[in-house]
Amino acid sequence: MTQLVHEPNRIVTPVAAPAAPGLLIRTLVTVPLAVAAAMVVQRMVARNESAAANHVYGSLLWGALAASFALSLLQRWWAGLRRWMVGMWPIVAAAIVTLTVWTSITSGFRWLPLPYFPSPASVLQSLVEDRELLFDSTWHSLLLLFGGYTTGVVIALVTGVCIGWFAPARYWGMPILKLLGPIPATAWIPLAMVLSPSQLVSGIGLIALSVWFPVTMLTISGIANTRASYLDVARTLGAGRAYLIFRVAIPAALPSIFIGLFMGLGTSFLTLVVAETVGVKSGLGWYLGWAQGWAEYGKVYAALLIMAGFFSTIMTILFKVRDRVLGWQKGVIKW
Amino acid sequence: MVILDEPTTAHEASSLRIREVTKTFVAAENTATSTRALSRVSLNVEAGEFVSLLGPSGCGKSTLLRLVAGLDRPDTGELLIGNVPITGPSAERGLVFQDPNLFPWLTVKRNIQAGLVARGVLHEKRHEVAEFMQLVGLDGFGDAYPHQLSGGMAQRVALARALINHPTVLLMDEPLGALDAFTRMRMQDEVLRLWTLRGMTTILVTHDIDEAIYMSDRIVVMTARPGRIDEIIPVTLERPRQRNHPDFLKLRGEILEHLHFAGQAPAEESP
Repeated sequence: MTQLVHEPNRIVTPVAAPAAPGLLIRTLVTVPLAVAAAMVVQRMVARNESAAANHVYGSLLWGALAASFALSLLQRWWAGLRRWMVGMWPIVAAAIVTLTVWTSITSGFRWLPLPYFPSPASVLQSLVEDRELLFDSTWHSLLLLFGGYTTGVVIALVTGVCIGWFAPARYWGMPILKLLGPIPATAWIPLAMVLSPSQLVSGIGLIALSVWFPVTMLTISGIANTRASYLDVARTLGAGRAYLIFRVAIPAALPSIFIGLFMGLGTSFLTLVVAETVGVKSGLGWYLGWAQGWAEYGKVYAALLIMAGFFSTIMTILFKVRDRVLGWQKGVIKW
Repeated sequence: MVILDEPTTAHEASSLRIREVTKTFVAAENTATSTRALSRVSLNVEAGEFVSLLGPSGCGKSTLLRLVAGLDRPDTGELLIGNVPITGPSAERGLVFQDPNLFPWLTVKRNIQAGLVARGVLHEKRHEVAEFMQLVGLDGFGDAYPHQLSGGMAQRVALARALINHPTVLLMDEPLGALDAFTRMRMQDEVLRLWTLRGMTTILVTHDIDEAIYMSDRIVVMTARPGRIDEIIPVTLERPRQRNHPDFLKLRGEILEHLHFAGQAPAEESP
């Protein structure tokens, strides 16, 4: 009977064939070369930058050079690192080249008007200089986002499952959902400021609201589209209502629910930044507005950089959670 | 294996009586077009008997099976297990579909456990899971997910999942219909082996004449529009049966002829 089944434990992933030695060396030298070029350009434009900026950026480049040599050595004994480097090194090199181009058109040729377009070195210097406030802002944003997102998701799952499963809840709930759901959460800001006791609560409420709509809609659609035959099977196995809802309908709806979670995460980022800019007096959105007010564009870019890292990390975590929870879907759906 | 020694109790209780059952499907958007799926169907199935429902598509054989499972209610007439009317689905009546309908989010082992979990008896009956996996030849596949299984393997899981509740009645709706010819014949022997071991009353819906003859005690031939029983053919061939035995082929010829005749004279179908 063994031949009837595909090997369950062997998951075939396309593994990059070991690169030929010549190719490997060519790939490995890209990063040190890019860093060296960046150093030369930085030396040339040094007189246009502040001493502090030169120092910080110079240290970063030296660090990058040292790291690239260390990793190039280390990969000889570590195949996993080698595979990662072969995959990532061209991208890393391209990023360094982009920074260098940016340096030359800002500090070098001064093609772009200041203070709106600072050089990478001065952005980095702003980042280092303001690290405490930036860290504090990121922490506050994280708290607000986490509070709002989890509140929104929990409420959305409850309403979604109720509306998706129970006909009366659907009858009375759908009109409300259809009417109020599409209003962008940020449009509620005037009301939220009046109604809520604190800025934090109104921020959490707004983010929760923005997450609630997409997650609820996709939970409803997932629950309502549970294959009837799964429910039939479960009923002939002796399942009661609780089993049907929690062990059949909800797992069957999970792929759809996850689409809602991703959409909700996107809208929650937007709402977070707007809420922090308008009402809440802390967080990255607030920092952004504050830095702009002082025309410190280096800090604006620094905050944008932090946001990029912050949001994409959270997105990546949600992807990992999805891969974990929906592991059973392997080979069924790709998105 | 403890479970196999356990005799199927309540022989009387697992007999099935279908009395004058009628079922009409009304299209939701147009009430004028309704389909008479079953028209005054009566059938008795004895405890431990293996009966096949044979007929073309649309003859109501799957509808009849869903009524017995309790997933649908008849418009008129009644269905009884022993002396108890069927009012809804029950773990006493296991059901296997053509599509195995395994829960894709559960491993093979957890799919088989589903009935125990649903009835809240997993704790005391956990040991049976391994026995049933062995019974249907799934040893070592407990942690595989349904999408990793071949069609025949998935159908074995579906069988084990239905059997773990010790149903007194096993209902199968073209369970082997999607399998290739060789897997199908092997699975027919598997099902017969399980039926012999466990002695449950079994109703098999099929449109494969060979399968019906090879497996059943009686073949209920149904015709379409409206769905009704055309003829009940007892199969008296000795078990285990031989697919190439002259009597087998003779009976096959008779049924073919009968169905052919039924197909060529539609005037006889609608009174």
